[in-house]
Order: sequence, then C-alpha cells, then structure tokens
Amino acid sequence: MTAYLEIDNVSVVFKARGQSFVAVQEVDIKVDQGEFVTIIGHSGCGKSTVLNVIAGLVEPARGGAVLAGREIDGPSPERAVVFQNHSLLPWLTCFGNVHLAVERVFGAKESKAQLAERTNAALALVGLTHAKAKRPNEISGGMKQRVGIARALAMEPKVLLMDEPFGALDALTRANLQDALMDIQAKSRNTVVMITHDVDEAVLLSDRVVMMTNGPAATVGEVLSIDLPRPRHRLQLATDPRYHALRADILRFLHERQGHPIAV
Amino acid sequence: MARSGLAAVLPPLFGISALVLIWALVARGSDYLPGPGSTLTSAIELFSDPFYRKGPNDQGIGWNLLASLSRVAQGFGLAALVGIPLGFVLGRFTMISRAFQPIVSLLRPVSPLAWLPIGLAVFQAANPAAIFTIFICSIWPMLLNTALGVASVPQDYLNVARVLRLSEWTVFTRILLPASIPYVLTGAKLALGIAWLSIVASEMLTGGVGIGFWLWDEWNNLNMEHILIAIVVIGVVGLAIEQGMNLVAKRFDYRSN
Repeated sequence: MTAYLEIDNVSVVFKARGQSFVAVQEVDIKVDQGEFVTIIGHSGCGKSTVLNVIAGLVEPARGGAVLAGREIDGPSPERAVVFQNHSLLPWLTCFGNVHLAVERVFGAKESKAQLAERTNAALALVGLTHAKAKRPNEISGGMKQRVGIARALAMEPKVLLMDEPFGALDALTRANLQDALMDIQAKSRNTVVMITHDVDEAVLLSDRVVMMTNGPAATVGEVLSIDLPRPRHRLQLATDPRYHALRADILRFLHERQGHPIAV
Repeated sequence: MARSGLAAVLPPLFGISALVLIWALVARGSDYLPGPGSTLTSAIELFSDPFYRKGPNDQGIGWNLLASLSRVAQGFGLAALVGIPLGFVLGRFTMISRAFQPIVSLLRPVSPLAWLPIGLAVFQAANPAAIFTIFICSIWPMLLNTALGVASVPQDYLNVARVLRLSEWTVFTRILLPASIPYVLTGAKLALGIAWLSIVASEMLTGGVGIGFWLWDEWNNLNMEHILIAIVVIGVVGLAIEQGMNLVAKRFDYRSN
C-alpha cells in the first residue's frame, strides 16, 4: 500500500555558471491523506526545493513524486501553493484574487453564482469577509497571507503546499495565523506539506516533522512524530513537558547534529 | 491651506513675470524681436477668429492646430496598434526579442525627419508622409517600454499562473496586461512627446495646413509676433498632452488606487 503523497528518491540538480550543484539528494517522504507534515531545516538546505518538486515547479533530476496514484508532472491546481511572499496580484481585490483561482478550477462546471459563493466562503474561512473589496496594498501583511491561504483552500486541492507562509510576519501576527490555520484544519482536514524554520511552529501544527540535513546535497535526516492530542492550545502547550521534549528533539537535531550551515 | 496655496502659485508666477520682463527688455533693444505688448495685441486679434478659411494656405490658427493634432493622433494611433502588440511578443519570447534587438537599436536613434523623404516617395503625398514620420518616431518608445514591462513582470505572478495552469490567453489578459500597463503608458507618453516635437518640423517641410507649416509661413511673412505666439501655443499644447497622459497613466496604474 503506497502513501497518499509519496516523494520517492528525489534528487534535484541546479546548473549555475556551467557548474551543476546538487541541491537535494535522495529525499524520501511519505504523507498520508489528511496529515499535516512540516519540513524543517536550516536556510539553504533545500526545503523549498522539495516543496517545489511536489508543486511541479521544479523537475527532479532523479526520482519522482506520486500524488493519489498519479505521477506529478508539472504544476497543477490540485497542488495549491501558499507562497512565502503571498504573491497576490496587486490589481485585483482580495475577492478577485481568490476568484481567479476558483474560476480556473470550477469555472467549467459551475454557475457564476456558485463561483462567487465559493470565493466568499473561502474568504469567510480565513475571516476576511470585511476586506474582500480591498486591494492587497490596502491590507496588512497578515491579511495578505490569509488571502493567499484562502486562494489555495478555495481550489480544494488534494494537497496544500505552504512555503514558509508565516516567515515574513511578526511574532504576534504569526501566532494569530497559526491558530487560524489550526481551526481551519480541525474543520477540513486538508493534507498539508509546510516548510518552516520555526521549531515552535513545526511542533504546534504538525502531525509529523521531517528534519533535513544541511545542503548541499541535503536529505532527510530524521522524522519525528508529534503525538500531542488535538485540539492544541499554545498556552497549555507552553507548560506541557511532552511539547518541550519534542521541541528539544528538533533543536538538538538542528543545532547539535547539523550545527550551523557554512554560509548563513 | 491658504498659505500652502500661495506658496504653490507665487514662485511660478514670479518665474513667468521675470521671463516676460527680460523679454520686454531685450525686445526694446532689438529691431526684430517684438515685445510682450505687441505680441499680446496680435494674439488677441489672432484668437478672436481662430477658425476662418481663406483658401488652402490661409486658415485660422485653430484649423492649423487641429490639423497637426489629427496627424499626431493618426501616426501615434498606428504606432500603438503595431508597437504595443509587438512589444508584448518581444517581452514574452526571448528569441524573437533577440532577432529584433539589432534592428531596433539601429533605427531608434535616427531622427524622424530622416524618414520623411521615404514617406514622400512611398505615399507621393505630404499628409501621409507626415503621418508616417510620426508613426516611425513614436513606435520605438512604445515597443521598448511594453517589452520591458512584460519582461519585468515578477516571477511570483507567473508562478501563480503556473500553479493555476492558466491558458496563455488568460495569462495575457489577467497578469501580463495589467502588470505591464504602467510601462505601456510610460511608452505612450514618451511617444506622444516625441510625436509632438516631430510634427512641427515635418510640417515645416511638407507644407499644407498645420501649426508647423503656419509657423514657417509666418516666418516667410516676417510676422515675428505670430512666430512667438506659435511657440507658446506649441508649448501649451505639448504640456496639455503630457498632463493628459499623466492623468490616464494614474487612472490605469494598479499601484495608485
């Protein structure tokens, strides 16, 4: 029995100035349906490269990825991406940005009213109904990222890919969005692969944490199951010894075994 | 509010007054240069009947202006029709861009007037030759700016398009077009500026009706007042075109709301 999403022996080679550079090597990750998996590692270790392979934006030199029994071959709306820098189109309103994705995925078989309904529902899910007529440059960074999440969720993807979605936000906004994401996950149980470099975020949100070794030729170092019960609350976890033990495991991997990367 | 309004109005007013004063002083010592007073009298007379027709070579300044504006509009319009779509193609496809680059680099610095004889030879008539000259000189800024705009659409937006697997047409209408409109309009503004500069010179050579022809005709009549009026009118119209384009650019730029 194969997993829902299976990254199988993936190596990615980049060519720059005539030299080839092995970014990630022989990466194996299996993700079950409805599972929340986080990939963590030092910056430059190729976390985003792995995500881009799943997204179909980067082609692996060897190996491949299979989602729900079908080999991944190029980008597709069934693998929605929440980009780190939100990537909203500045000339469209929040509604327009989400609607563009909804229209592409469901436009062929649904009426205009149904498409608008889907768009509104996605914005309501992230708590942005009040800002739907605003343009991206009129709302805060946290709100932009919410729109990015709404756009991805509205596509009803088979897997939601998040590339350090909260990395550019301040700590309070980040905590806010993490809670919002946990609420959404409690309702909809999406399959999620998220990239992060934030240990607390990884433990708080994930079912499993995939820890990557340092690049070049980065690969999966260890996989840690986060068996904390859900729903999780950050205040309760703050005094939970299990939370601290898991956190310490990741920190040990990142700072003792992988040390610091040569170039920061 | 009143103070800042005064601060905005006073310095330009002062600058213009100083210019008129210097003009008046210089004119007093010159046999040919008319002073501000006689120019103003002449202008009042001229603008009291701007739309008269006394034969093909003697028409009101209004008709002459309209004739020039119409040539600019036609030449510029044709250049936009060709230059903007071509700019999109060059910006989107590197290989085609490389093929065109040497041609554009070679022809762009050529003065538009150098094309006038070719226009006259091809069309055998003055009016289409002048429009052709305007076409040639205004196509380059539109072509180059559009291509630059398309080529500098952020990769982030194109990644969104890739993940959504948008069709090439949707990418064009929903991403490339809105993202590059500010560049296209900058190109259009530059093109109109150059077109307005060129039309005066072309009309001096082609004759007929037009503000450039009118200016040259008044030189032949040795009517210096009219030449000064023509200079001011050309300046005012050029300024109006530029301000108008700024308004359009502001209206269609997604960065301003």
